[in-house]
Amino acid sequence: MDWTVIAQSLPQFTAAFWLTLKLSAIGILGSLVVGALVSLAQYFRLPGLRQLAMVYIEISRNTPLLVQLFFIYYGLPGLGLKLSATVSGVFGLIFLGGSYMAEAFTSGYNAISKGQLESGRALGLTNRQLARYVVVPQGLAASVPALAANVIFLIKETSIFTVIAIPELTNTALDLIGLYYRSNEYLFVLVVAYAIILIPLSVGLTWLERRVRYGTFGN
Amino acid sequence: MAEALLSVRHLEKAYQKNVILTDINFDVHKGEVVALLGRSGSGKSTLIRTLNGLEPFQKGELRFAGEVVQPKAATWLQLRQKIGMVFQSYDLFPNLTVLDNICLAPTKVAKRARAEVEPEAQSLLASVGLAEFADRYPRQLSGGQKQRVAIVRALAMHPEMMLFDEVTASLDPEMVRGVLDMMVDLAKQDMTMIVVTHEMNFARQVADRVLFLDDGTITADTPAEAFFTAPPTASAKEFLASMNF
Ligand SMILES: Nc1ncnc2c1ncn2[C@@H]1O[C@H](COP(=O)(O)OP(=O)(O)OP(=O)(O)O)[C@@H](O)[C@H]1O
Ligand SMILES: [Mg+2]
Repeated sequence: MDWTVIAQSLPQFTAAFWLTLKLSAIGILGSLVVGALVSLAQYFRLPGLRQLAMVYIEISRNTPLLVQLFFIYYGLPGLGLKLSATVSGVFGLIFLGGSYMAEAFTSGYNAISKGQLESGRALGLTNRQLARYVVVPQGLAASVPALAANVIFLIKETSIFTVIAIPELTNTALDLIGLYYRSNEYLFVLVVAYAIILIPLSVGLTWLERRVRYGTFGN
Repeated sequence: MAEALLSVRHLEKAYQKNVILTDINFDVHKGEVVALLGRSGSGKSTLIRTLNGLEPFQKGELRFAGEVVQPKAATWLQLRQKIGMVFQSYDLFPNLTVLDNICLAPTKVAKRARAEVEPEAQSLLASVGLAEFADRYPRQLSGGQKQRVAIVRALAMHPEMMLFDEVTASLDPEMVRGVLDMMVDLAKQDMTMIVVTHEMNFARQVADRVLFLDDGTITADTPAEAFFTAPPTASAKEFLASMNF
């Protein structure tokens, strides 16, 4: 292992590290928003939207991110929509993550007794009010473990961005290896960089899961 | 007699092709307590759930306070503010404290100020011996306590009428009395109520009238005392016998 090689690559890896973090963060937030909307459309059986949500989930879950990215980056321009690699990557990640987040939320909502909805309706609450004050707070708490798993999953999926040449961590490592033929050093930095992101995050999320499980609603 | 608070005319309700309720006709006047009795599966729950739009119906007409109820979402939202309903499963919102459970609909649906609703909620709780439970979560209450809170939660909306669907059916025997007493008190305060119950003594004590449902049709609409002393039909007689009454 040649430490000077590593040292020389650090500026590039640092940039890639922040880019990976940034794209992951945007992708995860977007996925959470899409997932929340899709899951509520399904939960409250909103006419039209519910079918749309179902089709979206099937497509999103049953195609690889790689193919989704190719479609967005290379396929959409043919339909008149040209997006930069970075924007394509984020859209792809949200397209993939939205369905995973939706299913995580849904599993949480399904833990809520139907009777609560009935008694809420009988009190005159609208679907929107029920969602806001009853369904989402409970569903959110119940879906934290699944959401947390998706967060980790989506960060790892950013490594696939390399196929459309977004200079995130994996792409940077592969680039450097291609240029200088020093795979040990660059792969080492790559592993360390992912570990720096994922290990503390995973510990933090586990802590959050515990807190939510034991800290809410009089448990 | 003054105009009925609720009147039901020729109501029919089916699940797909399966007709559950046929040609239902009855009136409920202000201050009246009506016991809705009948065998399991006769359609009691289905009937009272159509009265506030939890179940759609296919034919017939509903009038509340003299006005025809247009069976569409906006009307039901309005009507549910005036008709309270409590179910067998208490269904408090487990993510909210007892107090928040009670204050939710009055503040969000009726748009009243929390400062006004909260003291009222507190005093309603106190009146049923639950004052010190205001800040607890439903999980920390017994079944009977939860059911009393569910009734308070419905009352906090100031309903003009209450629907009760076997609210004591899933309670431990020692919890039943407290909940029944609450309904007896409500009846004494002239609350208009439709009560589905398997507690015949309670029905006799509290009801002015009995509606008897037989396989989706009302086969008796009689003063309560008459219903229990001289059941008007063979079927009603059999039913009372089966309830050991
Ligand atoms: N969601 C539904 N879909 C189809 N059929 C239903 C549905 N709910 C109730 N039924 C049918 O409607 C009939 C009346 O049911 P309902 O629950 O109103 O009876 P009930 O008098 O309340 O009985 P119980 O005393 O057991 O509560 C039954 O035959 C039942 O199988
Ligand atoms: Mg029933």
